[in-house]
Amino acid sequence: MNVIETKDLKKVYDESAVAVTAVDGVSLSFEKGEFACLVGPSGCGKTTLLNMIGGLDEPTEGTAIVGDVDLSELSSRELVDFRLRNVGFVFQAYNLIPVFTARENVEFIMHMQGMPEKERKRRAEEVLTAVGLGDRLDARPSELSGGQQQRVAVARALAPKPKFIIADEPTANLDSKSTGALLDMMLEMNREEKITFLFSTHDRRVTERARRLVTLEDGKVAKDERR
Amino acid sequence: MITLIKLAWRNLWRNKRRTLITVASVFVAVFLALLMRSVQRAMYDTALDNAVRLSTGHLQVHREGYWKDKTINKTMTIKDSTREKIAAIENVAVAAPRLESFALVSSGPQTKGAAVVGTDPEIENRLTNLREKVVEGSYLEPGGALVASGVAEYLKLGVGDTIVLLGQGYHGSTAAGAYPIVGVFEYPMKELNNSMIYLALDDAQYLYAAPRRLTSLTLMLDDGDDLEETREEVVATLGEGYETLPWQEMNRELVQFIRSDNVGGIIMLAILYVVVAFGVFGSIVMMTLERRKEFGVMVAVGLRKGKLATIVFFESIFVTFVGVVAGSVGAIPIFAYFSANPIPLTGEAASAYEAFGFPPAILFSLDPGLFLNQASVTAVIALVAAVYPAFVVMNLQAARAMRA
Repeated sequence: MNVIETKDLKKVYDESAVAVTAVDGVSLSFEKGEFACLVGPSGCGKTTLLNMIGGLDEPTEGTAIVGDVDLSELSSRELVDFRLRNVGFVFQAYNLIPVFTARENVEFIMHMQGMPEKERKRRAEEVLTAVGLGDRLDARPSELSGGQQQRVAVARALAPKPKFIIADEPTANLDSKSTGALLDMMLEMNREEKITFLFSTHDRRVTERARRLVTLEDGKVAKDERR
Repeated sequence: MITLIKLAWRNLWRNKRRTLITVASVFVAVFLALLMRSVQRAMYDTALDNAVRLSTGHLQVHREGYWKDKTINKTMTIKDSTREKIAAIENVAVAAPRLESFALVSSGPQTKGAAVVGTDPEIENRLTNLREKVVEGSYLEPGGALVASGVAEYLKLGVGDTIVLLGQGYHGSTAAGAYPIVGVFEYPMKELNNSMIYLALDDAQYLYAAPRRLTSLTLMLDDGDDLEETREEVVATLGEGYETLPWQEMNRELVQFIRSDNVGGIIMLAILYVVVAFGVFGSIVMMTLERRKEFGVMVAVGLRKGKLATIVFFESIFVTFVGVVAGSVGAIPIFAYFSANPIPLTGEAASAYEAFGFPPAILFSLDPGLFLNQASVTAVIALVAAVYPAFVVMNLQAARAMRA
């Protein structure tokens, strides 16, 4: 069953004098529980495609249907709520809230979702323990290493049990050991929770473990291979 | 909401130095604003209080036209029953009958112009606390004169000496009389202190050949705020041929001076607050611009823009609130000390103050309204300063902000 489907998705940036086509008519579908990577050279449109699938960017043409929802039909406010309820994001630069502790960062989205305090505290602790940070619950991001911060970011994305995780270059700033640990953890979540993972990456350590590789070139799908 | 407030408060302290500089600028401005307004307010209040309490009262009843042409010929008579009715009006605390005029006062070769007030000693004391102001001798009694210390000094007289009063009486008669000085009193307002002599009402009426005649019935009210309602009641009780003037009309010069001086104060305040507003705004703009990416991430993960705007709004409120509280808390003990121990002025500064009817001292007011006003103004500044980040947040495009 397809949970993500894009049809002739196109994105043109015309903010500068010259219009740039970042994504050019991409039609793709992903099934529930996939662990897929978008690969390709810098500027090939990986992040833009992920942003459109995650409801962060509006396509210039085409549609992105995520779950049963056609994102182009949602208002800006509905898109925020859609992301809150359905999508977990992991970013290259971690992007944790610097004034919150690890636990508070993980709790934040669940809090926005309206989860009762007791339940979200328990869930945050459970997920942080699962990512190996059970002893750093009250540490602030500045007190954590890059690998630990990214694990908090993953925990933040996973804790609300989203339908999809969109991860944009999640291992770009991590060493081999941290990358391995993070991938092990995400694969385990993927297997156990059937969460769909969609990555953009240049990192071979990630692509080697992905079950599907979509290669983009100049905003178009150049290759789509399943393993 | 608590989480948003917690987040805003913590955000404030991410860049401690910047926040402290902003708070310090608000603190200094609030402190200076309070200082200026406190001194002004105390000066105005004291001057007006002195004018009302020592001279005009809240309301005065005259014969119609007296205030424009203050001559002994425009005196009035009021029936005892009418006076009693006026004194019985709920808000009227004291109703003092007075016969006021001018006279030359002399002793030996020295002569001076003086304002002579004939009054009922006991009622006058309830109005002006005159008995407490006696610095030498005893309080006013029939047959004697109570002389202001400035007059006594000028004439080189003291208790037991006799003054001679010479003036024009009712309908062109000559007013002349000699009175032993029973006491010397001192008023804080130099103008009054250099000119006033009190006689008992009957003595003054006899001196000016104006039996049972009064220049005014001076009323002190329990609540000065209800002045207009009380005035209407007094007017209704009196009937035709009288004028009932409020203190503002009788102290017009002082009120106008205070109004114009107050405008100067408000302009200074406005300048101070513009400086504060720019300080707060600059800080808020920096806080906003350097966090665009973070805002983008928060919206991306599902935080509604309205909630994000609430966070930055609270940050703006907090930074000014901390400054206001610090400024107010810093000011209260200092103002309280100087309120109890005014800084006396001497020399030309004192003369200048006295010339305008102000006491020659720097006084401080602790009126809670002053502090509330500063808090309100700074709250408005915070609200205005918060418009920019709120605008940025509401127009934020998460993906673009994260690319920044």
